[in-house]
Amino acid sequence: MASNSNSSESQRIAQQRLRIIAGHLQKHKDGDSGIIATECKAEANKGTVPRKRQEIMKWNGWGYGDSKFLFNNKGQAEFTGKRYRLSGMILPSLQDWFENTFGASVKHKSPATPALNASAVPLPSLNEAFVEDLKATGIPFSHEAEDRVFRAHGHCLHEIFALRQGKKFERVPDMVVWPITQPGDQCEWTWELGLARAPYCHNDVVKLVELACKHNVCLIPYGGGTSVTSALECPPEETRCIVSLDTSQMNRILWIDEKNLVAHVEAGIIGQDLERLLNESGYCTGHEPDSMEFSSLGGWVATRASGMKKNVYGNIEDLVIHIKVVTPRGVMEKSCQGPRMSTGPDIHHFILGSEGTLGVVTEVTMKIRPIPEYQKYGSVVFPNFEAGVSCLREVAKQRCAPASIRLMDNEQFQFGHALKPQVSSIFTNFVEGLKKFYITKFKGFDPHQLVVATLLFEGDRERVLQHEKQVYDIAAKFGGLAAGEDNGQRGYILTFVIAYLRDLGMDYYVVAESFETSAPWDRVLDLCRNVKERINRECKERGVQFQPLTSCRVTQTYDAGACVYFYFAFNYRGLADPVHTYEQVEHAAREEILANGGSLSHHHGVGKLRKEWMKESISNVGVGMLKSVKDYVDPDNIFGNRNLL
Amino acid sequence: MASKTIYLQRDPMLKRDGFEDILEERRNSSDLKYALRCYAPVLYKGVTPCKANMLKNIVLQSDQLHYVINQVSQESGEAPDIIQEEASVILEEMAHRLQISTVRFFAFALSKAFKTLFQHVCVNEEGIQRLQQTIQEHPVVLLPSHRSYMDFLLMSYILYTYDLALPVIAAGMDFMGMKFVGEMLRMSGAFFIRRSFGGDKLYWAVFSEYVKTMLRNGFAPIEFFLEGTRSRTCKSLTPKLGLLNIIMEPFFKGEVFDVNLVPVSISYERILEESLYARELLGVPKPKESTSGLLKARRILSEDYGSIHVYFGQPVSVRSLAQGKVNRSKYNLFPRHIPRKPMEETQSFVNDTAYRIVRLQEDNMVLKPWVLMASLLLQNLEGLELSVLTEQTLWLRGLALSYAAFLDWPDHAPTAKVVSSSLALHRGLACVSGGRISLVVGEPMGPVTPEEALFNRAVSVLSCASYRNQVLHVFLRPAMLAVAMHTAASSKKDEVYNCFSFLRNMFSNEFIFCPGDTVQDFEEACYLLVKTGAVQMLQHKIEMTERGQPTLSFFNGLLEPFLQGYQVVCRYLCEEASEGLTEKQYIPAVRSFAVKLILAGNLRCYEVLSSDMQKNALAALLRMDAVRKVKVADQVTLKVNKMAVNSIDDTLGGKLPTQKAVLARL
Repeated sequence: MASNSNSSESQRIAQQRLRIIAGHLQKHKDGDSGIIATECKAEANKGTVPRKRQEIMKWNGWGYGDSKFLFNNKGQAEFTGKRYRLSGMILPSLQDWFENTFGASVKHKSPATPALNASAVPLPSLNEAFVEDLKATGIPFSHEAEDRVFRAHGHCLHEIFALRQGKKFERVPDMVVWPITQPGDQCEWTWELGLARAPYCHNDVVKLVELACKHNVCLIPYGGGTSVTSALECPPEETRCIVSLDTSQMNRILWIDEKNLVAHVEAGIIGQDLERLLNESGYCTGHEPDSMEFSSLGGWVATRASGMKKNVYGNIEDLVIHIKVVTPRGVMEKSCQGPRMSTGPDIHHFILGSEGTLGVVTEVTMKIRPIPEYQKYGSVVFPNFEAGVSCLREVAKQRCAPASIRLMDNEQFQFGHALKPQVSSIFTNFVEGLKKFYITKFKGFDPHQLVVATLLFEGDRERVLQHEKQVYDIAAKFGGLAAGEDNGQRGYILTFVIAYLRDLGMDYYVVAESFETSAPWDRVLDLCRNVKERINRECKERGVQFQPLTSCRVTQTYDAGACVYFYFAFNYRGLADPVHTYEQVEHAAREEILANGGSLSHHHGVGKLRKEWMKESISNVGVGMLKSVKDYVDPDNIFGNRNLL
Repeated sequence: MASKTIYLQRDPMLKRDGFEDILEERRNSSDLKYALRCYAPVLYKGVTPCKANMLKNIVLQSDQLHYVINQVSQESGEAPDIIQEEASVILEEMAHRLQISTVRFFAFALSKAFKTLFQHVCVNEEGIQRLQQTIQEHPVVLLPSHRSYMDFLLMSYILYTYDLALPVIAAGMDFMGMKFVGEMLRMSGAFFIRRSFGGDKLYWAVFSEYVKTMLRNGFAPIEFFLEGTRSRTCKSLTPKLGLLNIIMEPFFKGEVFDVNLVPVSISYERILEESLYARELLGVPKPKESTSGLLKARRILSEDYGSIHVYFGQPVSVRSLAQGKVNRSKYNLFPRHIPRKPMEETQSFVNDTAYRIVRLQEDNMVLKPWVLMASLLLQNLEGLELSVLTEQTLWLRGLALSYAAFLDWPDHAPTAKVVSSSLALHRGLACVSGGRISLVVGEPMGPVTPEEALFNRAVSVLSCASYRNQVLHVFLRPAMLAVAMHTAASSKKDEVYNCFSFLRNMFSNEFIFCPGDTVQDFEEACYLLVKTGAVQMLQHKIEMTERGQPTLSFFNGLLEPFLQGYQVVCRYLCEEASEGLTEKQYIPAVRSFAVKLILAGNLRCYEVLSSDMQKNALAALLRMDAVRKVKVADQVTLKVNKMAVNSIDDTLGGKLPTQKAVLARL
């Protein structure tokens, strides 16, 4: 495929990505031409993700194969590769932080199994008739062990841990299929709404679902593979042939409609590609979930994803205008693109959050926006978490939240500091020291209490500056001190590398995971405190020898509440079954969340991990409603990943 | 959850801590130095202590209070400012003003007083250490037993001695009547609540928010008496739930991670208020708390009151208790600042917890040899040989110990010595003459009417009973089994169980039974009686063993006054009570009925004269629907279902099998 055979291409992609993340956005040079003819000539499937994902991505960890944290032989932490801002940099304080926080040592390694042991993978049990019919369609497929294992998991701790340990797999997909635009497919021109091409991938999916129904084969849609809810795990009791339907090659923007500011996109496209391609035309979706480098549009729809900048652009349910989904009953879609309808319950909402249990989302029409003229990061330091939350609440009340506003607790603040790259000049060092002095000594902030809010403003320059002032004024009322753009930006970079850091931890006996919830404003503080305390206690009681790291941040604000994100990590030396211990603690933490008025999930979804709480969460009747939809749409449980219900 | 907390499973082989005498050091070093020493207690999560005024402001500005103020304002038409002002006045009247100088004064004065009054004040130091640990981790609620005015001064004194955070104490408003002393108490951490404020929404809001604010912020441990008032009988009283509800709510609502309840058992070898209580129970109203009254009580100072044992129990985590019983997420759908009646599930949990805590208090009450002797004396009102008493006391000691009583029996002392020194301390109650020991009856001046003689005797009996009552919780369940075996028509296990269950129900206002634990109680009783060889369990049968006779007859005798007392009440209601008997008339009427019976020689049980027993009996009959309260005009009258009361009477007397009694009630 294009991206890994052509190194200059992949470099270009990486640079593009950095441009997005770092927010150094420039006005697109081409201006706004109505029809983007270049699109048509471009080769199909030039996306980042190749069919053989393992060629560029880790088979047993997060992200790109070339990017990882390690402690070099001088004991200093560095981040390899060239893709990220932190890539190639030395992080001098990470080791100290790591060792002090976890009681871990860089001398105690717990390395992963270097390569997949094919003998640990069960042999595929193929439905021969299905395979025969499939061959006739020309849709590519594979039953190689590596392909199948890659699609047998998401990124839950237990999944990655098992891969690293080289454990035997109980159940993996028996084959992988890739709906794809066939060679020889031709562009079709229509002049109604700019350029459009025939939705061939969609047709592939229709064929696949028909065959699956005909031969009673279990289909599991696979998008970006970034699930953290065990949603991609194959049900061990499934006896039929399991086919993983990898949507990664369904990755084209089919058309852009600038009059209505919508784009029609194949649902397999991953976030970074979607943003990059739209940027080329001067647009963006503004949907930036933390996983956007790898997660797919279809996945966002299927899990009700939320993006960092939802305050400006909205969450996925606000962004989609039209969804096309292939179900065992046929294709479901709306007949028009009206921005809002009163036609009974919104059928999109059966699909949003359906977690692959009803069908495959093949195409989505979603809102786009012109790339903002100006972007500015910012940060505010508060004396304590309470003050920070009060400030966020006030910002939400005045409905003046920037594109993103996040409040990190003290633990995360310190963690962020540990990730500061080596400072090049004495002067910067001096300035940093001076700042620290000002905040802790002059202003009397306790370094073990203070927290930081990171901000991202977007829009035209003047309004951004005005907006910025408004927010800083509110912050000042709650004792907040502006702490500069750098701190803000670093907070957001952290988002993309934190998943890599988990792999580093796992190399040294530290397991880590994150989970999220949403809660009414008045519950946020109590919930954070109680959940942290519960985790600490549960760890102690379950024999965790070292103080765990529990940290949280408020990542989204709403009129009536906030989204809270927890990080939880501990050193597992001395534990017989760290994953089991971890799972018990997470279970307890979730119970605590529910008892404190938090939701089962804000955007990760339910998967199989949180199924047990569904009845409690949405009532028996609610579960019954969802069941009856499932029974009608998919009576033979073709989409048999058994998520949600 | 927390490993240090216990799960309230009753362990017959309770492990208990040892005691330290805190007076010993006081006798050897300067009280003044002690009162002025550096006092720097550890606090919850290192919070800075909150000045009383700041606390008031937090309360007055709380959403909770604002909500109620607006509500009251809308209902009454008064401006919110005025209501707010009212709230502020209520708070002013209520709030404590803890001041270290006053505490130091008390530390000094009490050191002096304690040293003259008591031989020892013993505290389990391990309990103190546990408490110190707990205070740092969670908001703590101290729940002491309540037998004497002394209790809360004593508690604060002990906490001061061990450099622990001083508690804020919920005290009845009646204390405030004692001019100067009321204010002194306030400055040593007491806050005052009206005894009844049923309908007053604003008062309730101020009060509950005040308590919750202190709890949530963990400024100081909160202390109150679950029993609500001093027990005049030395039996634990059925717990009151109001305050317990309030202090648990912050946990249910997620405002605190946990709340730890610390049961504290305060046992007095001799109660200061001993004969005062007996008189009160016999209908002499309790003197209004007044400073001069307290000064008069100074006479008390010249006497020896033995020792006090204070046992700080294991902290009980509300969180672990509530596990699986209260679904906190039920609080998710209602704004937390709006007051709401607790849900049924919560109410029954709070009720359950209250009983369990009182049981824990009982478990750790230290018993002196005298309580055993008093139990024996009461079964032999005509007196008995000293040698017999000594022998039986020794026997009873063995029995008590095998039932896990927390007995403080002097080491290496001959029994005769133990008995005689107990008698010396309680010489006001019992005396030996000619080798026989009998109750002392106060010698009144001048000529005596039969009623007065009876009254004097009753004072002695009730005083003595207050010691016997201290050991009841140890023997109660097996004793009820003994009675059940005695009254049941046969020795069939289920018949005995029915009988046991009837008695348990009948006496559940009299004694502390954890709600719903009938089967456990029955099994515990069987286990204990089998263990001491008094009964044997055959298939479907419970039978007395040959050597079980003394035990069972002692147990029957132990509960006899209660059975008789309740029967007298029943008989009164059936035979004498007039149609329009009001609630107010009830107690004097029963009393005079009983007096008549005693004077006529038809009744030898003096305990029925106790208003406590009369109230409990009535409460039981009301609960069993044998009597109903009817409100006529502004009088509450009692409507008696004579059939039902009669059959209860017969069942208690063993004349009617239990099964039928149940039917008759229906």
